[in-house]
Amino acid sequence: MVNFDPKIVAFCCDQSGYPAADMAGTLKLKLPKNVEIVRVPCAGRIETIYLLKALEKGADGVLLFACYEENCQFLRGNLRAKGRLSYAHRMLEKIGLEKERIEICHLATNSGAKLAETLRRKSEQLKKMGPNPAKIS
Amino acid sequence: MIKAEQKPIDEILKYLDPYNKILLSGCGACVTVCHAGGEKEVGLLASGLRMARQKIGKKIEVLEITPTRQCEPEFALELSETIEKVEAVLSIACGVGVQTLVRHFPKIPIFPGVNTSFLGETITQGVWEERCQACGNCVLEKTGGICPISRCAKQLLNGPCGGSSKGKCEIKKEADCAWQLIYDRLKTLNQLYKMEEIIPAKQWGVESRDSGLRRIVREDLKV
Repeated sequence: MVNFDPKIVAFCCDQSGYPAADMAGTLKLKLPKNVEIVRVPCAGRIETIYLLKALEKGADGVLLFACYEENCQFLRGNLRAKGRLSYAHRMLEKIGLEKERIEICHLATNSGAKLAETLRRKSEQLKKMGPNPAKIS
Repeated sequence: MIKAEQKPIDEILKYLDPYNKILLSGCGACVTVCHAGGEKEVGLLASGLRMARQKIGKKIEVLEITPTRQCEPEFALELSETIEKVEAVLSIACGVGVQTLVRHFPKIPIFPGVNTSFLGETITQGVWEERCQACGNCVLEKTGGICPISRCAKQLLNGPCGGSSKGKCEIKKEADCAWQLIYDRLKTLNQLYKMEEIIPAKQWGVESRDSGLRRIVREDLKV
């Protein structure tokens, strides 16, 4: 799997994940090559189907960058995202996929370094797991 | 409303094993409200099925549809065109919806994707509780509007039993004792005298399921 470059879809909350990604870019931090950022107004906007569709349509892993708990501008958006993540995890387990392919990371606006580090770690983890066997090409 | 829960996906996958192109049909009524078989759940289950089959190298094509009410012929018949293109149907409507499809589409296999659980009420987001067993002769007038048939584990008509303790049921410790609820409610309404009236045994064999298939006929509505 030498040339395998895992594709990661990163859903970024506009109140934390997206500004953090912006900061990571400004600081020229090293990010994995194959990352697609999806900007959402709040992590609560991320429906469970988005997580499954990302994997179905070709992603090897999915990350949700959301605000810290009790720090959501819309009060419960990040908690809703957490609940939907647990549903997606159960679905992946039942169909025999590694639930680690989908993960949530809580951060703040100024967490550019944390975002970059999480993406790099995820990419390494997915390289070890190998390509997503359920993607429909 | 009718409450349901999705069947385990491995059980559904077993049903669908011989087929490569199916129609997944939800319902826009009760099962949408309890998040078991609405448009969203159709999308989620379809995605899960596609990925599960892709993973084992047996690709499946899943068409998706969610009629407004699958248990009404007018809406069920909306499936007619799509159903001709598939080998089988997976319905995540309640058991009534499944059987409506069976009645109108007799030549195609139709499988249930949910377990129809009970007639219930939304307690809070994500929590539903049984409230009615469609027993055929409602006693709510006698019991302050709280149903002993669906909410008392022993279906007592003249409770409580000796197992009622601190307002809880001895069969299911987390459940409220229905007869405690009835007593409290009648006390609030100043109708405690109703507790002294003996409610006669129900005629299960006449008014309920025990006498076989039940049917309602309204001659005035027939066309």
